[in-house]
Amino acid sequence: MYRIRFHGRGGQGMKTASRILGSALFAEGFEVQDAPRYGAERRGAPIFAYVRADRRPINERGIIRRPDLVVVADDTLIPVPAAGVLAGLDAYSVLLIHSHESADTWRRRLNTPARVLVLPLIEESADRADLPYVGAVCAGAAACLLGVISEDALATALRDELGPLGEAVVQRNLDKALAAYRQMVEVCGVVTEGREANAADYTPPEWISLAFEGANVSAPVIHAGLTSSAVKTGLWRTLRPVIDYDRCGRCWWVCSSLCPDGAIQVEEGRPTIDYDHCKGCLVCVAVCPPHAIEAQPERTAESLETPK
Amino acid sequence: MSRVLLTGNGAAAWGARLARVDYVPAFPITPQTEIIESLASWIDGGEMRGRLVTLESEHSMLTAAGAAAATGVRVFSATSSQGLLYAMEMLYTVAGWRTPFVLVNVSRGLSAPITLEPDHNDVLAARDSGFLQIHCADCQEVLDSVLIAYRLAEDSRVRQPVLVNLDGFYLSFTREPVTVPGPDEVDDFLPAFDAESIAFRASAPESQAVAVLGGGPYSYFRYETHLALLNGLTVYDEVAADFAERFGRAHPAVEAYRCDDAEIVLLMMGSFATKARAAVDNLRDAGQRVGLLRPRLLRPFPAHSLVAQLVGKRGVAVIDQNISMGKGGVLHAEVASVLYGHKDAPLLVSFVGGLGGRDISPEEFFEMVKVVAAAAQRGEAPPPRLLYTEDELREIRKLQTLAHVERNSLGEG
Repeated sequence: MYRIRFHGRGGQGMKTASRILGSALFAEGFEVQDAPRYGAERRGAPIFAYVRADRRPINERGIIRRPDLVVVADDTLIPVPAAGVLAGLDAYSVLLIHSHESADTWRRRLNTPARVLVLPLIEESADRADLPYVGAVCAGAAACLLGVISEDALATALRDELGPLGEAVVQRNLDKALAAYRQMVEVCGVVTEGREANAADYTPPEWISLAFEGANVSAPVIHAGLTSSAVKTGLWRTLRPVIDYDRCGRCWWVCSSLCPDGAIQVEEGRPTIDYDHCKGCLVCVAVCPPHAIEAQPERTAESLETPK
Repeated sequence: MSRVLLTGNGAAAWGARLARVDYVPAFPITPQTEIIESLASWIDGGEMRGRLVTLESEHSMLTAAGAAAATGVRVFSATSSQGLLYAMEMLYTVAGWRTPFVLVNVSRGLSAPITLEPDHNDVLAARDSGFLQIHCADCQEVLDSVLIAYRLAEDSRVRQPVLVNLDGFYLSFTREPVTVPGPDEVDDFLPAFDAESIAFRASAPESQAVAVLGGGPYSYFRYETHLALLNGLTVYDEVAADFAERFGRAHPAVEAYRCDDAEIVLLMMGSFATKARAAVDNLRDAGQRVGLLRPRLLRPFPAHSLVAQLVGKRGVAVIDQNISMGKGGVLHAEVASVLYGHKDAPLLVSFVGGLGGRDISPEEFFEMVKVVAAAAQRGEAPPPRLLYTEDELREIRKLQTLAHVERNSLGEG
């Protein structure tokens, strides 16, 4: 059985990537299971999606503990523990990172036993319109790495999944997906089907007997207010709204009251964005009457920041 | 007929569409919402007839479902978790009205603490309501069960609402290959609802809000409902047999997987049972005689089939994805009650696992079989076991530390 995990942020198309790959494997005659997994249903929050494929009916389900292939669409997720990108990687697994760093750099940083490959990053700053294609790119690259999916099957699957969005969208995604597929040709088929669990030789679970603890410890209560401010949800952002104060009309009520996260503060009529908590939904960009708020790719905005 | 990739939610929606339902009272809740979104989109686009109405709560939704079913139209609705509990008063009420319709529940653990992933405490809270309950293990079964459920609900020997349960995430958002039968085939299996005596109309008023002061009449009505559910056992077998003949897919009241010569049996419900199926294959490869029993029907309880399968086995791991506070696993108690007094009944060992979607690994299935085999050898069951590891306790200690640090740093509480 093939077991594949895609990691990305909400809005980057990981569910779509898993569905394109799933449909392509189904078109190639495999039994397939694909599913997204998420907690907070918000743009920018870490999500993953997985695909299983086998020649026999699949009984396994749920999270993939020992992946044959892990695809990371957004390398900023790798150090986020909740994203679980590195979970279950061993010498048998392949880790494909969509990144502008080299495979060597990631190999040294992570000290992982997995085989590390890099899919060169789409330069967001050069062509921001490319951003929506990350899902298709990851699916295309993964399809080649498995070595059992033809370009035709990939194209059919992509058409099935994105068809309702119109021919223009399909064509642009298809170009990107096929380009990514061809970029991986040298390592085509590097991912192979994983081993099955062995009931004759296994590591037993470390079960424990849970003991009683008083409600002062065991009730699910955080005895304090304001704890949500400690979570830097700004890390979820892929696009950053930036206010041009020369154009800002000081009609502060509009942006600050429509911000769904209360991340725009106002002092003496001047709105400022709290980047620790702005999730990059861009509602403010859409509603700003004088068009004074611009969306910049997060990576570009970070590189322009002066160090504090 | 076509074989396509569908989520469990998509399969449930297809079931309702193929059943040609007339009326869908709806209210959104994760992880069920995709079902009513699919139906709304089909009805809006003219691909499906029928009327979908969003209500202001699940309580009203169930009232509307029962009231509409009392007019003799075919009704479908869906909910999950907190929504099912919010509707609980009306679940009991419409079941007492003896109105036939189908309600899909997408299982999700209950608050508090609030969560999104599945266990069966939500649907088990409706266990005694008078709804029949079918529990699905894969997406194909979801579609097939909705069709079977209408035949079951509308049969004059039953005439009760039916709950079809699928697990959140593990089925609701998971795509698998599903054979979607053609509309003509389904029409032959499930003809338009013959409402017989059900004829509540504006011009022909009836009252469903009957009060009976005194236990005698009350006992009569309640016990008649119980008997209708018991009739469901025979009717289910007939309907499932007819379904298998027409569509080639068998959905018996109790799935028995590699049980014939099994010494140890894993017994559980829902989609996690497919994980147990995979573990049974692994254990068989290692030379162990292990099987899986999975009740699809929980109400009425298929006591006879379970006893027939279990008597003579050495040991059973009953794995409950639920917990009755102060008692333990619900399925364990139910299975024990039907085996009581039977000669050669197997030893039962109770496990509680998969709460709030907590995974059950292949190694844990292997270990459960080992524990049961040793217990059967000794002739004595160990205390019930929660599937919970050292690592998970470390995780909760970390969360408690964080909560404590925040408490101190914020100077409150």
